[in-house]
Amino acid sequence: MKEFTPAPESASIVSVTDRVKPVTLGMAVTSVHFLKDRAAFVGGEENVAFVDANCEITTVAVHSGGILSTVSDGKRLVMGGDDGKVVSLDAKGEVTLLATDPKRRWIDAVALHADGAFAWSAGKTATVKSGKAEEKLIDVPSTVGGLAFAPKGLRLAIAHYNGVTLWFPNMAGSAEFLPWAGSHHAVTFSPDNKFLVTAMHEPALHGWRLADNRHMRMTGYPGRVRSMSWSAGGKGLATSGADTVIIWPFGSKDGPMGKEPAMLAPLQARVSAVACHPKNDILAAGYSDGTVLMVRLEDGAEILVRRNGTPPVAAIGWNAKGTLLAFADENGDGGLLEL
Amino acid sequence: MSDATSQKIPVTVLTGYLGAGKTTLLNRILSENHGKKYAVIVNEFGEIGIDNDLIIGADEEVFEMNNGCICCTVRGDLVRIMDGLMKRKGKFDAIIVETTGLADPAPVAQTFFVDEDVQKNARLDAVVTVADAKWLSDRLKDAPEAKNQIAFADVIVLNKTDLVNKGELAEVEARIRGINPYAKLHRTERCAVALADVLDRGAFDLDRILDIEPAFLEADDHDHDHDHHHHHSHDHHHHDHGLKHYHDEEMQSLSLKTDKPLDPNVFMPWLQNLVQVEGGKILRSKGILAFHDDDDRYVFQGVHMMLEGNHQRKWKEGEPRESRLVFIGRELPEEAIRKGFESCIVS
Repeated sequence: MKEFTPAPESASIVSVTDRVKPVTLGMAVTSVHFLKDRAAFVGGEENVAFVDANCEITTVAVHSGGILSTVSDGKRLVMGGDDGKVVSLDAKGEVTLLATDPKRRWIDAVALHADGAFAWSAGKTATVKSGKAEEKLIDVPSTVGGLAFAPKGLRLAIAHYNGVTLWFPNMAGSAEFLPWAGSHHAVTFSPDNKFLVTAMHEPALHGWRLADNRHMRMTGYPGRVRSMSWSAGGKGLATSGADTVIIWPFGSKDGPMGKEPAMLAPLQARVSAVACHPKNDILAAGYSDGTVLMVRLEDGAEILVRRNGTPPVAAIGWNAKGTLLAFADENGDGGLLEL
Repeated sequence: MSDATSQKIPVTVLTGYLGAGKTTLLNRILSENHGKKYAVIVNEFGEIGIDNDLIIGADEEVFEMNNGCICCTVRGDLVRIMDGLMKRKGKFDAIIVETTGLADPAPVAQTFFVDEDVQKNARLDAVVTVADAKWLSDRLKDAPEAKNQIAFADVIVLNKTDLVNKGELAEVEARIRGINPYAKLHRTERCAVALADVLDRGAFDLDRILDIEPAFLEADDHDHDHDHHHHHSHDHHHHDHGLKHYHDEEMQSLSLKTDKPLDPNVFMPWLQNLVQVEGGKILRSKGILAFHDDDDRYVFQGVHMMLEGNHQRKWKEGEPRESRLVFIGRELPEEAIRKGFESCIVS
């Protein structure tokens, strides 16, 4: 990417802060995704704010309460709320009610499959809806911490206390249990479908090599990992939780077993959100002091996108082409950067 | 109270054995005209009538932490619920967590000390235990949960006092005090207690660990019709109107005191080691300490193996520089603890 040109020997960091278009959302923000050309900032409650290239803001009401979980495939957002509803929002701004929990329980987690199938969880129950087929349910032993579809086939990973359940919703009796003591929250498959990784309640990741369920312990974080992003091609998993971006190597058949992670872009603040560029070996990282950096994976070279001095960066994301970067802090002050 | 502490959302934990009156107290708190909004986390979701906008059903999932400490358990569902509630910050002023009648309060309390994100946003205010004046004495004999809830409490609402006579009331109070002499005790009918007595207590706030004298030695406003001669009778059968003292065989409190300064280099490792080794037995601990060559009061409080402590303020002019420690726990090794404490005194 030709825009990424940090001066190799310069004493001060290259800055593009003057090229960022400021965005003031006026609401707490928890994540950002791109739907076509517009950035969709997901609020802590009730609303999603679309921001176009001219920084025009269009707010859409999606839930009548807190928005607890969000996932996007670039075409739409699927969200779960504390109003017990699963809703989707498309690029035009159209909201569709996908499901309602009969007891109006919190929708803690959602997942979206490339073919359009989606899943959600309330309490210990995960539900999958695929095309016109009937909803399929599975109960796991404790409350679901996170959901993710495998990149191949209709297979759902359900993270919970003491492990992950892997389930083919279309095959009865197919649930397989991957045990590991502790409470598992977010879960993600590597893009090549070879590894499964969870962010645990304690400051650690846990992984399984799916071919043989071999364990991979990824520890050493000072804080809980709340943001994970696969690098272009899936060779690395970038994570928040430390005062550097921690990137675990998944390029070889053994994954990160017996290897040290790369530690890039150290600051006197904790990384709070990461988003890998969709095409190049570059990532964007937001920090607890409000800093946003772009970092080249190869050598750790940095470009300053936003200075420190605000609440933690809560949301960061690229558009599918990798030409737009959007971010916002917890208070909804953010920006758009066109590359 | 520091600014950071005061901005955190206070959390009141409401415990009590089945049928003691937790829901009555909860409804009383919610219906009173206080202008505050509460987020209420309940267990028996949908089964009891609670009139509140923000009511969340919990699953009471007790998770062990992966830190090699078996008594270090947290409420996994509470971690998740707190995460979700923080997205609605500003919509409520305080949180009340109602536990089931059979719950151990420790995992709830520990959630607020172990989890970094929970700790950033919320602070445990107090554990309030509702007890049934008529049936508590029986439950203390047959239900370990009931004993736990009394031992753990900062505030005890002794409810349904209209269903017992004076002698029975004195008996049940003596049993409570035999386990936990430090909690504030309020006698109620239908949980009619002033909200200020159960909310915003700051029981876990280091700055408010001021008085750790046993509460029953204080002048008790609710006690006008009672005999104030403290007989200190150890006769369990003699029904006089003084305060009877019961010794609970299993659960006790232990109080240590000295007016000689402590050596922090001996005391700190001793205390750390004590809660590491005996933390499973120690439910609560608190202390105000006077260290050798130190003009600041040091205060600490703990739940099982978890301790937090800090220098609080300068000793005042003329204030006696006494160190006082309190442990409440199960089968406490009293002699060993006393000996260990003695060895921390600067000779």
